[in-house]
Amino acid sequence: MAATEADPTARRTGRGSGGIRFDDVTVAYNGNVVLDSFTLDVAPGEVVALLGPSGSGKTTALRAVAGFVRPASGRVHVGGRDVTDLPPYKRGLGMVVQQYALFPHMRVEQNVAFGLKAQKLVAKSEIPARVAEALRMTGMAQYAKRYPRELSGGQQQRVAIARALAIQPSVLLLDEPLSALDAQLRSGMLAELARLHRELPDVSILYVTHDQIEALTLADRIAVMNEARLVEVGTARDLYKRPGTEFAAGFVGNSNLLPVTVAECAAHGDGSFRVTVRITTEGGAPAGELVTATCTEQAAAGETRTLCLRPHFLGLAAAEHHDNAFSGTVSEVQWRGSAHRIFADVHGHEVRLDTNELRNPPAIGDEVWLHFSAEDAVLIPAAATGSPSADPASAAKTTPAKGTPSEPTPTAEPTPAKNAPVKPAPTAEPAPAEDAPTAEPAPAEPAPAEDAAR
Amino acid sequence: MLLYTRRAQRIAWAVFAFFFLLLFALPFGVLVLAAFTKQWNGAFPSSYTFSNITAAFHTDPLDGLETSLITALLSSVIALVVGTWSALALDAVRNRVGKTLIQTVFMLPIAVPSVVVGLALLVAFSQGPVLLNGTNTIVVMAHSILVTAYAFQQVSAAVTRLDPAYEQAAASLGARPYYTLLRVKLPLLLPALTGSLALCFALSMGELGATAMVYSADWTTLPLRIYALDDRGHQFVAAAVTAVMMTITLAVLLAVSRIRTRANYR
Repeated sequence: MAATEADPTARRTGRGSGGIRFDDVTVAYNGNVVLDSFTLDVAPGEVVALLGPSGSGKTTALRAVAGFVRPASGRVHVGGRDVTDLPPYKRGLGMVVQQYALFPHMRVEQNVAFGLKAQKLVAKSEIPARVAEALRMTGMAQYAKRYPRELSGGQQQRVAIARALAIQPSVLLLDEPLSALDAQLRSGMLAELARLHRELPDVSILYVTHDQIEALTLADRIAVMNEARLVEVGTARDLYKRPGTEFAAGFVGNSNLLPVTVAECAAHGDGSFRVTVRITTEGGAPAGELVTATCTEQAAAGETRTLCLRPHFLGLAAAEHHDNAFSGTVSEVQWRGSAHRIFADVHGHEVRLDTNELRNPPAIGDEVWLHFSAEDAVLIPAAATGSPSADPASAAKTTPAKGTPSEPTPTAEPTPAKNAPVKPAPTAEPAPAEDAPTAEPAPAEPAPAEDAAR
Repeated sequence: MLLYTRRAQRIAWAVFAFFFLLLFALPFGVLVLAAFTKQWNGAFPSSYTFSNITAAFHTDPLDGLETSLITALLSSVIALVVGTWSALALDAVRNRVGKTLIQTVFMLPIAVPSVVVGLALLVAFSQGPVLLNGTNTIVVMAHSILVTAYAFQQVSAAVTRLDPAYEQAAASLGARPYYTLLRVKLPLLLPALTGSLALCFALSMGELGATAMVYSADWTTLPLRIYALDDRGHQFVAAAVTAVMMTITLAVLLAVSRIRTRANYR
């Protein structure tokens, strides 16, 4: 009997044999394709974030793993096992949803014990220990006797995570787990989740979010999704530093996306290329200064491409800068306490610059130079031009000469309107990104510092 | 608050009190008064007595009380089971037309006069193969059919409001559908279940129309006895029997409502 009690634990939870595989999964509701030929591998112990705007299919992908939506075609594997035709309760996954869904009629400890009792995973005598362990990991031990309604949002979230962890799943599905929390709690819970994953290194985590900061902070890899499709997948750092598509460049971190005309392209030695480019004006003609940028592939002279410039990699200079700078006119200056955000009109395109607080900020109408180093300016590969957002002409259109500061690039969610017809709910706005420029990952160069003294 | 000034609130209360007294308190007050009346000629009874109450307890009306209680209890439990089952089943039906059709069919017994329901049962079961004419079963059946409509309506509304996230959370934790039903869905529906149980019980206690068609001499419910008493000119005894019935029904409803408050989680 003891063997049969121990066996199911090993078989069903299969710690260490986790991992998720989406094999060409398509999901449709009433003929409406909400997930289109989705293929992705999540390795055991890996954290993968599905990042995308509302309606991009990210939650559908997660629900396909959980078993709440049935793929029209394709297979879903969990831990090497094809689970496509299994009902949700036979999949042995941990899941946490945005609204927690704690059972209101059960105390915290009963909620956490629910999975263990329902699956008869462990002997009855072992349940209290497992519950206590799950509550300890989430720091909720002293709330075991409370009812969910007696807990704050953050505490409820911890209980929901404890409940999912109690069954010791090999795969944890997190569906926007932090979006119902306020900004401060959210950053605390982010750290908490990262710590939990360090404690449980074998658990694969699929993390659905629309918040770039959450994705960058937690995920080993990020899968950027848009319009039911996977746009790009890569390590968080790669996606941020060398985005392969305009959509990813705009959605992962903030960026200025500028149409440019290639003047010259040369191999740089480390497999990348150095290109010199000029900004393309709305009329389509190259204009202004010749600047140098990085490209992962050869670009032909005369080609029109998109240049991705992160706002915090831009430096500000009053007089003509020695090299690699655009001239522009300041159109908006925002003081944000510890930081300044400046918008400048550069040859008909709005460019945003984020810097530490300036002692002498420029005034609206001032002529300034925006400089950057070549390795921080990335030319989006030409292959991306096929995607709807990568058309430089349309990019030019969505980057108005004298636009409001909320137009695509400056916002935390810089999706051009045509790519995200459905705006996320107000609560879903990734607000912390706006107010916490320090949370942005790894500003490699202390460029702003030099300007602070300007 | 709808009305802000004290004056407006007082006026609103006065208007409310007037209609409440006129529509609810007065008829029942008169009834209770009548239960203790020996003679009633003017605006108020001219002499009082306890003999009506004694009569209510000492003659056959009390058998009627037992009959009524058993009938109401059985039919409300049957209605709750059938209504809840149907509501849960219908929630899973995805076909809109089928769903609407079934919902309408459940409304039918309360859309037609209850006498018609009684008559229908009488016609259906007066001849073989199933002969129920003159049995207590047919009375319970009539009551069950009538009150199931209410149970179904109430539970249905609660099932629709139930957040599917709970069911999905339970499933993701490995709970089979049956386990989820017992441990999650039904407990969450408890306020609606006790509410409809109380409503069905109360409705069954007061049912007259259908019962009049199908009752037999040894299964005569209290409302029928009251009607008969009144018909034979014993208005004050009828009032006394009614007062007793009201008290007992209220006691049962209060007991159920105590369970309800404990079942309200949020």
